Amino acid sequence: MKQNRGIRWGSIAVAGILALGLGACSSSSDATDPANTPDSNSSETPNTPSDDITELSGNLAGSGASSQEKAMEGWIAGFADIAPDVVATYDPQGSGAGREQFLSGAVQFAGSDAALKEEEITAASQRCFGGEALELPLYISPIAVIYNLPDLAAENINMSAATLAKVFSGEITEWNDPEIAQQNEGVELPATSIIPVHRSDESGTTENFTEYLAAAAEGEWAHEPSGTWPIESGQSGSKTQGMIDTVSGAEGAIGYADASRAGDLGTIAIKVGEEYVPYSAEAAAAVVDASPRAENATSNRLVVELDRATTASGAYPLVLISYSIACSSYDSQSDVDNVKAFLTYMASSEGQARAADPSVAGSAPISDALHAEVQAAIDGISLAG
Amino acid sequence: MAVSTSQDVAAVPAALAFPPVSAGRRFVDRFARSIIAIAFAVALIPLISLLWIVISRGVKMFSWDFLSTDMVGVFGDMTSGGAVHAIVGTLLITGAAVLISVPLGLLTAIYLVEYGRGPLARAITFLVDVMTGIPSIVAGLFAFALFVLIFGPAYRAGLMGAVALSVLMTPVVVRSVEEMLRLVPNELREASYALGVPKWLTIIKVVLRTSVAGIVTGIMLSIARVIGETAPLLITVGMMTRMNTNIFDGRMATLPVFAYTEYSKGGVGIDRAWAAALTLIIIVMGLNLIARLIARKFSPKFNR
Amino acid sequence: MLTDNPPKVSKRPAGRDRVELFASGNKGRWGSRIFSGLSHGAGIFILIVLAAVAAFLVKEAWPAITAPTEELQQISWFKADSLMGYIAPLVFGTLLSSILALVIAVPLSIGIALFISHYAPRRLAQSLGYIIDLLAAIPSVVYGLWGALWLLPILDPVFKWLTNNLGFIPLFADYQAPAKNVLAASTVLAVMILPIITAVSREVFLQTPRLHEEAALALGATRWELIRMAVLPFGRSGVISAAMLGLGRALGETMAVLMVISPGFLFSFFLLKPGQHQTIAANIAAQFPEASGLSVSVLIATGLALFVFTFLVNMAARAIIARRKDFSGAN
Repeated sequence: MKQNRGIRWGSIAVAGILALGLGACSSSSDATDPANTPDSNSSETPNTPSDDITELSGNLAGSGASSQEKAMEGWIAGFADIAPDVVATYDPQGSGAGREQFLSGAVQFAGSDAALKEEEITAASQRCFGGEALELPLYISPIAVIYNLPDLAAENINMSAATLAKVFSGEITEWNDPEIAQQNEGVELPATSIIPVHRSDESGTTENFTEYLAAAAEGEWAHEPSGTWPIESGQSGSKTQGMIDTVSGAEGAIGYADASRAGDLGTIAIKVGEEYVPYSAEAAAAVVDASPRAENATSNRLVVELDRATTASGAYPLVLISYSIACSSYDSQSDVDNVKAFLTYMASSEGQARAADPSVAGSAPISDALHAEVQAAIDGISLAG
Repeated sequence: MAVSTSQDVAAVPAALAFPPVSAGRRFVDRFARSIIAIAFAVALIPLISLLWIVISRGVKMFSWDFLSTDMVGVFGDMTSGGAVHAIVGTLLITGAAVLISVPLGLLTAIYLVEYGRGPLARAITFLVDVMTGIPSIVAGLFAFALFVLIFGPAYRAGLMGAVALSVLMTPVVVRSVEEMLRLVPNELREASYALGVPKWLTIIKVVLRTSVAGIVTGIMLSIARVIGETAPLLITVGMMTRMNTNIFDGRMATLPVFAYTEYSKGGVGIDRAWAAALTLIIIVMGLNLIARLIARKFSPKFNR
Repeated sequence: MLTDNPPKVSKRPAGRDRVELFASGNKGRWGSRIFSGLSHGAGIFILIVLAAVAAFLVKEAWPAITAPTEELQQISWFKADSLMGYIAPLVFGTLLSSILALVIAVPLSIGIALFISHYAPRRLAQSLGYIIDLLAAIPSVVYGLWGALWLLPILDPVFKWLTNNLGFIPLFADYQAPAKNVLAASTVLAVMILPIITAVSREVFLQTPRLHEEAALALGATRWELIRMAVLPFGRSGVISAAMLGLGRALGETMAVLMVISPGFLFSFFLLKPGQHQTIAANIAAQFPEASGLSVSVLIATGLALFVFTFLVNMAARAIIARRKDFSGAN
């Protein structure tokens, strides 16, 4: 008797949950119905920005790469000064989650360490009401190879990409290995053993670093570029802070992290052409300018195919580009105005300078040429329909 | 209860089971005593250091400003900004979890003690025990899966976190309330029935009233158990820099996640993480204190 | 002693209550029915919730369970040959770290609990009890912070010594600084579960029947003999269930492990070597933020495995305790 009643209650509850679920499913598919806007319209629509940014209001939600988090905090704070009524937020959930949320329409813009994939580009035209996705390289950040040798006198240790590959794959195990010593004449290298450290979580930093090793190490790096460190075992840390903690935790450790987080740790000057280049914002910007666009790039999707093996003088090819992804058309004027104003601010010399501040994100400001292209794409954002 | 055993063992007549304390036995006794004392000291070192580290590093950022501002407009190595949004978020989410799990847990415990007989009650007892062992991250995954199924993948709300926390909290409430209800002497119930009071009123006005102090303590302890959960909140409610008081929509900041994300940012963030940890401990301590006060105030006047 | 409460009930102002109290008419019956229905419902609801936890995990994990291996291997961190091959080392790491934590924590906890219950002076015992209770409520993320920033540097020389002097035993071979290995993680876990195990064991020890203790003392037992013959046999099942409670927490602990260990996916008994072990919970927390689509399903599948394992451990613990109870004779 008691049990019968129990079963009945249970089935009612289950039925209720199912009904809720079904209802939600059908409604969500309605929401993503594409607006039937021909693509050609959007670029010709005249710009109707609000004359005064300070009058903008509304919510502007973004989500994505945690690499951009610190820069984004700076941009949001700066944007709040000029458009105090816009509530801009950025949720550093990760690139994949950011792109997914952007495509599902949950956020107006996303940050991503990787460019959109083919199928995502297709999905983006639905999400953008027939428009196209914008991919703007607004956050360019050098990745530093960091090491913990507190007693070393030299400012940097010089290494070629091939040497780095050998160090990280465990072939070179001592700091005073002849191969390292040969590249660092006059530096007294300790006989400490090398402890390579990698990121334990999937990350854009790892992807860029392995991409660099694969492209520039002249075959010494036997692994495919990947967001997850390809070699099993060894020391590692979760997130950038975990990496920094691990490298700081043991003498002789070497790792890689966003350059702004290097702190007191030493950094490697990597070999480009015939010279050794320590990381710097200018050197990072230089490699972006020297690199070609990706094959499928358009005037809206300014995807850069980084030339990791560049020999251009003064370039630092170990950089991470995090794209700001937005739509070329939105279905509400306030979204159009807000996104436009915010992206314009991010791309402006003021916004770029703020992110470049070493205490904020230490990123590399984009060059004027790139800025012109970015601004042209931003100006194309328009109302759908 | 330290057993008062300053008995003079040597004075016990030799005819009894134990011979007079020999040197060997005395040595074993001393040895055991020192082992236990050493174990105690060894274990206390990390525990005390933990408290000390949290307090000493936490006070660096801990201030009224920290407790009253959020993180809007804070970037770089600015030392301003605080955790009010996270404090509010933690309180709201934990409060919602309490609203879900306390009635549920209370009624289940009543069922088990007052009504439950047979296989159903046994099954519930057993499964509640099993539920106490659900890993917190699994509870988080459950809440995530549930809400994703209903509201789609982009939905985030404080309520998700509250559901995750109540999955963790309900069994603790059931267990502690059950213990307390079982302590109520049967004579009280029988006296009430003898007066013609129906069972449900007896439960509400006699059984619950008698055990209210213990129940409140149990609930407070269960709150303390979940208020510091990080992982389920990290994957359900995420993080925000500003205050969100609507638990039905949008991300919310919570103190444990705030501590973790600030730690991940490094620099001044680490100081903020310690301060957040200190805040969390103070809240937990406050709850503990309140529980003790309530227990004292309501504790039954009769001696058991 | 019985006179305090029931009269209070009857002293309520006259009116509806009173009618219900003494006439127990229709209303009373309805009240009873509703109330008993509610409490039944609550009990059953708990069963449903538990079933729902399992059901939702299975549902969300299903895409990963059914996906062909090639598809799974598209995920950058998925390097195993099959889903089982991915989960198995994680289960191993989880069990290893938790069991090590128990091995460290249980003897210490019993020591503290005995000290508080049978050695310390009463007042000291009380305040110590309070501190232990407080520590049991400290959030795990604090243990993680403490472990990562304070404990690891302190463990470094200890582990160095271990590997230099006992390195011939494979367990302690190949230590590499910093101390981000499974033994360090277990140490943090042990410290974390110490207060819980201690708190429960202390309660159990305090409940040793006075008569047993006095009988032992009257027979001339020393303090240690008293503990060995009266307190420990009585408290055994309680200590086991306390240990299981601690094990449950250690199995599911996330942040403390995440912040302390250098993960790896191996079946390895090198306790001091980095990059050998990872626990399920920490792995989920580490990979979840960047995961989407199928990789979320894989992570949920590992969560399901953890759920099943805790379920089994709990059932085993229940069985042990039930058997012990039959033998202990204390009840």
